[in-house]
Amino acid sequence: MSKVVIIGNGISGVTAARHIRKRDSNVEILIISAESDYFFSRTALMYIYMGHMRFKDTQPYEPWFWQKNRINLKKAFVQHIDFQQKQLQLSDNDTVSYDHLILAVGSKSNKFGWPGQDLPGVQGLYSYQDLELLEENSVHATHAVIVGGGLIGVELAEMLHSRGIKVTFLVREKRFWNSVLPDEEADLISRHILQNHIDLRFSEELDEIVAGDNGRVAGVKTISGAYIPCNMVGLTAGVTANVDFLKDADIEIDRGIMVNHYLETSQKDVYAIGDCAQFYEPSKGRRPMEQVWYTGRMMGEVVAKTITGEPTKYNPGHWFNSAKFFDIEYQTYGVVSSKLPDGQKGFYWEDATGKMAVHFVFETDSRKFIGINTFGIRLRHDLFDAWLNEEKTIEHVLEYLKDANFDPEFYNSYEADIIDAFNQQENTTVKPKKKSWKRILERIQH
Amino acid sequence: MKTIKNIGLILFLTGLALFTASSFLGEFKASEKVIKSCLSEREWKSLGAELVTRLEGKTFSLPYHFTHEIWEVHHAKNEELKQAQDWDNVIYSTPQDISTPILLQSATGLFINSWGLMFLLTFGLGIIGALMYILPNVILLGPPGIKNNGNFTSAATSRGWIGWITFIYLVGFYIILYFYPANVVPQILLVSPISKALSGNPASQWFLYGFLYCTAMTVMAIRMFIKYRHNKYQLLRTAVVLFFQIAFAFLIPEIMVRFNLPTMDFKNAWPLDYDFFFDWNLNNLLDSGNLGIFMIAWGITLTLVIVPVLVYFYGKRWYCSWVCGCGGLAETLGDPYRHLSDKSMKAWKIERYLIHGVMIFAIIMTGMTLYTYFTGSSEIMGFDSYDVRKSYGFLIGSIFSGVIGTGFYPIMGNRVWCRFGCPLAAYMGLVQRFKSRFRITTNGGQCISCGNCSTYCEQGIDVRAYAQKGQNIVRASCVGCGVCAAVCPRGVLKLENGPNDDSSRMQAPAIMIGSNEVKILS
Repeated sequence: MSKVVIIGNGISGVTAARHIRKRDSNVEILIISAESDYFFSRTALMYIYMGHMRFKDTQPYEPWFWQKNRINLKKAFVQHIDFQQKQLQLSDNDTVSYDHLILAVGSKSNKFGWPGQDLPGVQGLYSYQDLELLEENSVHATHAVIVGGGLIGVELAEMLHSRGIKVTFLVREKRFWNSVLPDEEADLISRHILQNHIDLRFSEELDEIVAGDNGRVAGVKTISGAYIPCNMVGLTAGVTANVDFLKDADIEIDRGIMVNHYLETSQKDVYAIGDCAQFYEPSKGRRPMEQVWYTGRMMGEVVAKTITGEPTKYNPGHWFNSAKFFDIEYQTYGVVSSKLPDGQKGFYWEDATGKMAVHFVFETDSRKFIGINTFGIRLRHDLFDAWLNEEKTIEHVLEYLKDANFDPEFYNSYEADIIDAFNQQENTTVKPKKKSWKRILERIQH
Repeated sequence: MKTIKNIGLILFLTGLALFTASSFLGEFKASEKVIKSCLSEREWKSLGAELVTRLEGKTFSLPYHFTHEIWEVHHAKNEELKQAQDWDNVIYSTPQDISTPILLQSATGLFINSWGLMFLLTFGLGIIGALMYILPNVILLGPPGIKNNGNFTSAATSRGWIGWITFIYLVGFYIILYFYPANVVPQILLVSPISKALSGNPASQWFLYGFLYCTAMTVMAIRMFIKYRHNKYQLLRTAVVLFFQIAFAFLIPEIMVRFNLPTMDFKNAWPLDYDFFFDWNLNNLLDSGNLGIFMIAWGITLTLVIVPVLVYFYGKRWYCSWVCGCGGLAETLGDPYRHLSDKSMKAWKIERYLIHGVMIFAIIMTGMTLYTYFTGSSEIMGFDSYDVRKSYGFLIGSIFSGVIGTGFYPIMGNRVWCRFGCPLAAYMGLVQRFKSRFRITTNGGQCISCGNCSTYCEQGIDVRAYAQKGQNIVRASCVGCGVCAAVCPRGVLKLENGPNDDSSRMQAPAIMIGSNEVKILS
């Protein structure tokens, strides 16, 4: 009987395991993880810290699920892979053999060689172990400095703020997440973070972390020369593939494990998915490495097909993502670049409170809708995906915008205001059509 | 701000302590006239003389002692009668039934002479203290948004010591109120002037219960308005369910008494209103002219027509989260505990059997009761219909829906009755599951499996299991509180009413996971 071994029990590895089992009831499946006994949602770590949930609440499947589906689990650290013998050597000296191997080892927080980056009180936020360390570090923390203005950083800021820890946030860009968000929405988010009493500092970078008499972190020096006293430092300046254990192995590695469109690595019968995978040739419009929940899940499904006899290329559809910055929810569909390239035009609308916004991007000449950022207004994924597939114009999207509203009932509707503002900017006469269930449902049945 | 909260907490606890201590602060002096007026002719003949000897003219400070005297007389008499097999004269009223009305009319002292002061020191301090604890949250919680911080670390909301004390207090209070009401006569006296102002009658323990219920709901509704001030669905729903409780369950029946009209909670539907078809209710309504006839017709129409039709259009949420009194208390007083519901598969298996079992029990019990009503015969297939209905009233009406239903909030969550016992919920659940326009739509592939939705589902539905597959949630137990959608950090869930065809409502659509090559069901 054939055996699939998966290293890593995150969304990528677990999705692969589940779909392999769905398609093949005979193959033996083993998931090895050094992080946790059971699959948990990494995105929920922040809620454990804030007391919204317990660790077990972040586990999508009850323990009986793994037994029932005959997916074996092993808590162990893989020290070495012998690709010739198709064997894994574990840190407890056990060996595990495989017929197919899926590397779903995820990523880890970046450390760029700052002096003092390994001092007690300094840490990243990625794994469950990081969360445990954060609890320890929080006991005596009164002032924290967070380095790196992105999604993990803003979540860490929210977490620490909920415990009454003062937060200074060093951001390299001029506005928050300005490398991804256009100026207008980056400003909106920046204002909101400041409103939450976070000491947000732009155009600032970490220079050095300084120890105190007790050997723990006592402050940071920034490149602008400021000294900020603190007793905790969060390093959230991006993640990097967790492939140190493979650096001398006989497998092609760059920043991640190199894979082709079928997620195959340079070694036969060995695949890599999720945060740790790097594409030789990224799909059109995509990056070589995709380190988000959704792409990991997709790659898991795709590699499961390939391994169970239906070779399938990873061919992601239209980009989508979401996040939450304190109290502001963000969704994006399609492509919204932080600086619009030539040939593209944007329409930005913000409500009176400055906490809700939508940013539409479309082709100047053809009027083809390209992408949207939405803040504080929930929108239907299925519809936007369909509109992108069908290459609808911006006018069409706006005309049927009411269909796409996904806010709870009784919420204010903003479509009329948005369309008025658009008509003013573009000299058009778009009129919003009433929501139609029939139209919505046509899009959902594929 | 924090100081205001702390002072508020102290005031609230003081008011609560005084309210509890009231049981020990009364003063009662019974007269022969009062004793006689509270006994039936038969009871007066059997017990009157002995009771007057023991009770008249003496001042009692503890209802317990007063009731104990009655118990001794009652017990001795009944033993004597039973020995002699004199079943016709055995006294079926309990000592509590006898002592409570006598005590209510025999009270002197603080609760009569200083009623206003006592009310302020109990209800006044309790309400003001609670509001002082709640209102500063507008500032302390920061900008509007979901702030469930500390739910699983606070001793009050995570089955810690405060939760257990609350549990014991609530269960104890329900047991005393339902089965030993003589001990809360002082508390009943606290609200008697209010009762007289509304209905013209002095208060019974049920008025006390109703008043406490409405007060708790109102104060905790204010907490909800602050907590969810960014969410219009929650604001509207809370206001509506509060209105229905205060108007329909409390004020209207009291005012109808004042006008000598039969009373009815017009929103309380059979089988939740399990005594609607009992003989005394039907007879009372039939004797009350056109209004009584209307009430019978309304009760029947509500259950057979209005309920299922509205569930078709809106799901059972229209009742369970917007109208029902049990739901109203659950969503206000119970909101701090909603995450304590059991989400496991095992709990769901128990739920299915239990809730439908109670529904069948209710149907059979009512059927037997109506059979007896129309034929006069109470013996059906070896069972006495009066025993069956008495056991339903005790086990389901009092213990399950009252003592367990509310008492267990701090330990098992705020919807134990609704999820495991309510026969109306079972009935509406079947309609919702098979023939309704209501669903919780999931938003394509946006779910990140964080688990907030499942954690905060008061009915113990594993919402995440559906959301991460992109499948709509259509479940008999969903009461449409909307909290899953509120706590979802990525906007994945939306409660809505749409076309009732299975293909759109329930079938997991080809997953919107973003991969054009993969269109399989997860």
